Amino acid sequence: MSSEWPLWEVFIRGQHGLNHRHVGSLHAPDAELAIRHARDVYTRRNEGVSIWVVPSAQITASSPSEKGPLFEPANDKVYRHPTFYDIPDEVGHM
Amino acid sequence: MYAQMVKSEASTDDPELLAAFQARIDAGEKIEPKEWMPEAYRKTLIRQIGQHAHSEIVGQLPEGNWITRAPTLERKAILLAKVQDEAGHGLYLYCAAETLGVSRDDLTEQLLNGRMKYSSIFNYPTLTWADIGAVGWLVDGAAIMNQVPLQRTSFGPYSRAMIRICKEESFHQRQGYDLMRAMATGTAEQKAMAQDALNRFWYPALMMFGPSDKESIHSTQSMAWRIKINTNDELRQKFVDQTVPQAQYLGLTIPDENLVWNDEKGGWDFSEPDWSEFYEVLKGNGPCNTDRMEARQKAWRDGEWFREGLMAHARKSAARRVAAE
Repeated sequence: MSSEWPLWEVFIRGQHGLNHRHVGSLHAPDAELAIRHARDVYTRRNEGVSIWVVPSAQITASSPSEKGPLFEPANDKVYRHPTFYDIPDEVGHM
Repeated sequence: MYAQMVKSEASTDDPELLAAFQARIDAGEKIEPKEWMPEAYRKTLIRQIGQHAHSEIVGQLPEGNWITRAPTLERKAILLAKVQDEAGHGLYLYCAAETLGVSRDDLTEQLLNGRMKYSSIFNYPTLTWADIGAVGWLVDGAAIMNQVPLQRTSFGPYSRAMIRICKEESFHQRQGYDLMRAMATGTAEQKAMAQDALNRFWYPALMMFGPSDKESIHSTQSMAWRIKINTNDELRQKFVDQTVPQAQYLGLTIPDENLVWNDEKGGWDFSEPDWSEFYEVLKGNGPCNTDRMEARQKAWRDGEWFREGLMAHARKSAARRVAAE
């Protein structure tokens, strides 16, 4: 029980041209085996063309209590979206 | 179900926080691991997801029993793939449970010392090849009934694990039905084997949903938290209604003389399983409880040197890399 394998987070690129996406986690003794396990656990049905693994302990996450200060400032900046601007029909597609 | 009779915990948290939490769930928001949650929600979920994970892992044993004796190479490859999926499903669920702050080894230990349970269904033996068909068709069929609604459960990691599992699980049920169909349309002897498998697995499959929980306080709390979506009776009824016509198509008879169509409710009336048998199995007195636990304990013991060896190698290589830098 003393030597539980560390936890790794797994990211898979589903198709060429897409980002790697977090799919889950797994235990493995080292990075090489983490990739092999990720292949067995997360790509049994052709789900991926590339795998990243990262030790879970190495991930720094924003804290849920910071949600307000971090993300609310974006709420009142509607002018960042193209739909904020009225373009007359005569101008055509923009 | 794969998680049966999961007891919920009484909440002792601040009522204001509890109300805010409930409001999030009622609004359909997902709860993520690092966010505040009632201790009781956390503990109940660890119990439920853990039991579900253990069921996937122990569930490999009755089917693994037939891999070397599958009648054709194709059936063998299918069965291997299915059993491998069950291992994968166990892993997705363990990962979801671990986000709640319990370690993998702790979960494993609790299975091995009997403090955590797995589904009663896996304490029944797979005596003939037709049983492999019955397991896929009925056992996975019953599991899907429960897992499909759980895709909408309130806890994010559990919901995501369920979505993955459901995507893969449909293959399990279909291969089981396909196998049963091959048997049911084969020789008279093969058809008799299929009928025998249905006879033996029918009531244990109905037991998977657990006894009626219409009046259970645990169930009410879990439903409020959306970690349980339907009552056991609702799911059992749905399962029977789905399965009866499938059995009829195969020309097999459901072993229940009280089975009759009820026009009023638009579903089948059926006999309850023998609940005293269910409680005996949960207590450890089913036909295979001892075998299953021994197999898991042996696998854990036999693998110890290997797990430790790989860890030692990883530590050494890391140290060597640091020294080289």
